Amino acid sequence: MKRFKQKFNKIALKLIIAVGITTAIIISIYSYFNLQSQNDTLLSEFERHANQLSNTIIKSTRTSMLAYDTETTHDIINTIGEDKCIREVRLFNKSGKIIYSTTPSLIGTMVDKNAESCDGCHSSDRVLEEIPIDERSRIFQLNPDSSRIMGLMNPIYNEPSCWEADCHVHPKSKKLLGVLDITMCLKEVDKAQRESTIKLIVLALTSILVLSLLIGFFVKRWIDDPVSKLMLATREISAGNLNYSVKDLGNDELGILGRAFNTMTKKLSEARMQLFQSDKMSSLGRLAAGVAHEINNPLTGVLTYSSFLLKRTKNNPEMQEDLKVIVRETMRSREIVKGLLDFARQSVPKKHNVKAREIIDRAVVVVNNQLILKHIELEKRFDPDLPMITVDADQIQQVFINLIVNASDAIENDNGKIIFSTSLTNLLPYGMTQIKTAFCPKKHNLIDNEIKIEAMPTIKLKAAAAKSSGQINLDPIYGKNRHQYNLQIKPGEDVHVSCPRCDISLIDEKVQCPKCNSQIFTFESPPNGMFEGCTNINCDWQRWMSVDEGGQKTYVKIIIEDNGGGIQPEDLSRIFEPFFSTKGQKGTGLGLAVIWGIVDNHNGTITVESEIGKGTKFTILLPVT
Amino acid sequence: MYDILIIDDETVINEAVVKIAESEGYKIDSCNNAIDGLKKLKKNQYKVTLCDIMMPEMNGFQLLNEVQSEGINTNVIMITGFSTVENAVKSLHMGAIDFIPKPFTFDELISSISRGLEFYNLQERIKNSQIGQDEDSIIYVPCPPKYMKLGNTSWMHIEYEGAAVIGVTDLFLRTIKSLSSVELMAVDDVLIQGSTCTTLQTEDETPHNIMAPIGGKIVERNEKLLENFSLLEKDPYFEGWLYRIIPADIEYDMKYLVPCSTERV
Repeated sequence: MKRFKQKFNKIALKLIIAVGITTAIIISIYSYFNLQSQNDTLLSEFERHANQLSNTIIKSTRTSMLAYDTETTHDIINTIGEDKCIREVRLFNKSGKIIYSTTPSLIGTMVDKNAESCDGCHSSDRVLEEIPIDERSRIFQLNPDSSRIMGLMNPIYNEPSCWEADCHVHPKSKKLLGVLDITMCLKEVDKAQRESTIKLIVLALTSILVLSLLIGFFVKRWIDDPVSKLMLATREISAGNLNYSVKDLGNDELGILGRAFNTMTKKLSEARMQLFQSDKMSSLGRLAAGVAHEINNPLTGVLTYSSFLLKRTKNNPEMQEDLKVIVRETMRSREIVKGLLDFARQSVPKKHNVKAREIIDRAVVVVNNQLILKHIELEKRFDPDLPMITVDADQIQQVFINLIVNASDAIENDNGKIIFSTSLTNLLPYGMTQIKTAFCPKKHNLIDNEIKIEAMPTIKLKAAAAKSSGQINLDPIYGKNRHQYNLQIKPGEDVHVSCPRCDISLIDEKVQCPKCNSQIFTFESPPNGMFEGCTNINCDWQRWMSVDEGGQKTYVKIIIEDNGGGIQPEDLSRIFEPFFSTKGQKGTGLGLAVIWGIVDNHNGTITVESEIGKGTKFTILLPVT
Repeated sequence: MYDILIIDDETVINEAVVKIAESEGYKIDSCNNAIDGLKKLKKNQYKVTLCDIMMPEMNGFQLLNEVQSEGINTNVIMITGFSTVENAVKSLHMGAIDFIPKPFTFDELISSISRGLEFYNLQERIKNSQIGQDEDSIIYVPCPPKYMKLGNTSWMHIEYEGAAVIGVTDLFLRTIKSLSSVELMAVDDVLIQGSTCTTLQTEDETPHNIMAPIGGKIVERNEKLLENFSLLEKDPYFEGWLYRIIPADIEYDMKYLVPCSTERV
């Protein structure tokens, strides 16, 4: 019942039912009137035919009548009455006495003037001759099972040949001599009527069915399918999968809705990411405080006793070696806890110049046992000419250890392999360099220290659109485009920007945006020359020639690859979120969040690529200073 | 008369500290909450008090306040598992002479205790000199009046707007043995107020960590000091400076510094 109700609640079914009922009503009404008019035409045709027949009888009996030849008249009437379709032919005089009849027993009897068949003339006192044909006819049924019968009366008028005839039966003064009454069965007519009724009903039913099916097909194609795709998407989104996007639904309203839906999801996903970034700080801070306190106490026991033992066993070199390992590793634990605190409060790492391979080697030593136990082969492909990087070695070591542990957790088969490779790479300053100075042509400072993006002062520009004016604060990172708009701009609208102090236009009339052909704005950013950007808010084009020329920044690229199980695509964008874990009870969900924080604090980037069943690849870029 | 009192609610830490102190020949007493600790402090004389910060009922900062307001003659060293630079700076600002983050090693503990005891001896000598019993030598060189300092450890002097010089106080140097080496951080490294900015090694192979008085970016370091670390001992306030830095948030950091003109020992 519930299922039926669900089915019935679908738009498509409702539409089909509504359209079906409407067509049924329209076609029924049309068919009814069509049938009626067909019947009427058929009957009047039949009446005409009966009248003609009746006239024919009168005309054919004329000669015998004039001769008063009763026998011949009888014969003629009987012969005509033999026709299957003619039931009875009667001729009676004006007083109602039946003179001729195809039923001989009736001859000489009187017709009942009050019978319905006589109403046509006798109720209205009119003269029969004036009565139109359809009122002279009557349709009746002898019993409910038999076919219908039509009766038609035809008046026979007096004329000179009648009163001049030798028989002198009719005097000249008589106007009406008698009435010819013919009754015919309507069997054929009824049959034709039935057939056409059936035809019409079949036609109506077929057209209702075909129409419903056609409408059903198109509704399903144009409405039902897109709507159910949208429904699926909303379910996915509400279940938390913000990476889900609706496939292209075409160009109609639902297609536009689908695209708007995708944009909305994207924005939602970005907003959630931002929320996470701020939220994770506070939650991690609280967690780190608790963890630090709880772990540091037992660690103090280990560290004090082991370092005490180290002092007391100076003449026992064998023990010294082992104790040194305990002390060193406890000190490392101390740094990890401290690192967690540092990450939580986004403090600056303690950086020194070190070689990347040294840190990797140190990290590998720590987890080597685990790798041997799981029969995982570790391959190092190091670039021998790599420059030193300025990093907090403890923190970066922790990054590598966590990544190796993650990789070995992901490896389930026996021929596991982890590949470490380092290389040097150059990247453009686009998306990396900060705009630190900005001046209008009249040398007014455009830097806004009050509104900041990621703690960096923004560039303040006065802005005017068609219907609104206000200010724009540009993202100080070249190419990142996280601008803040304090005015209303329609999508695709060009904005006029000027200096907030002297209102001098910053638009460069000579140049157009190479990406969208909108106007561009420009300001000076000494000592790095002119900065250019597009005025169209939907366009992300920016150019900073001298910085681009000044070139690429050098990064050490460290890649850690494994051939483990891989990461589900829907998890991929979430793995750096705090408390996101695929390891269930085994993980805290903090490992990669801490890694992300450490790399970010080193002005580096970490990205991940993964394929289910093939493995995962983390790429870390650390700047060379 | 005890050398040390250790107050910590973790028995394992109390025991470890007692063991280590005794192995070094110190006379030590312990208790596992601040209320009992305060009673002991009122009853007995302790040169140095090691006190945990996070404890139930009464925490380390409250005890420190009590010690200050009651005028109990002891040098408090704070120890904590919640080892943030904020806690370290706050401790020194409230009158503790040192701050040891947990977990600590044998060396770190002994270096801090020995400085505390030495500081106590210094205080005694100052008292004696004030009443005219010990006039034969200058006990220590106070830092110049325009300087600011963090506890009695490190000093900071704003040379001109946007640049400051930092160094170690003579009082601190007097509490440690002669130096055997000095480690300096690199230029462009970033300091945080209360974090270790240099480690001084003494002849007894004990490392002493110096907390940075303010945070900021190092723009210059005293290269002469690396060649000749005795400069530090000879002239800690001028020739023996450590780093020239660009302060990150001087207004915030200043709240925890005291001017050298109001020096109290």
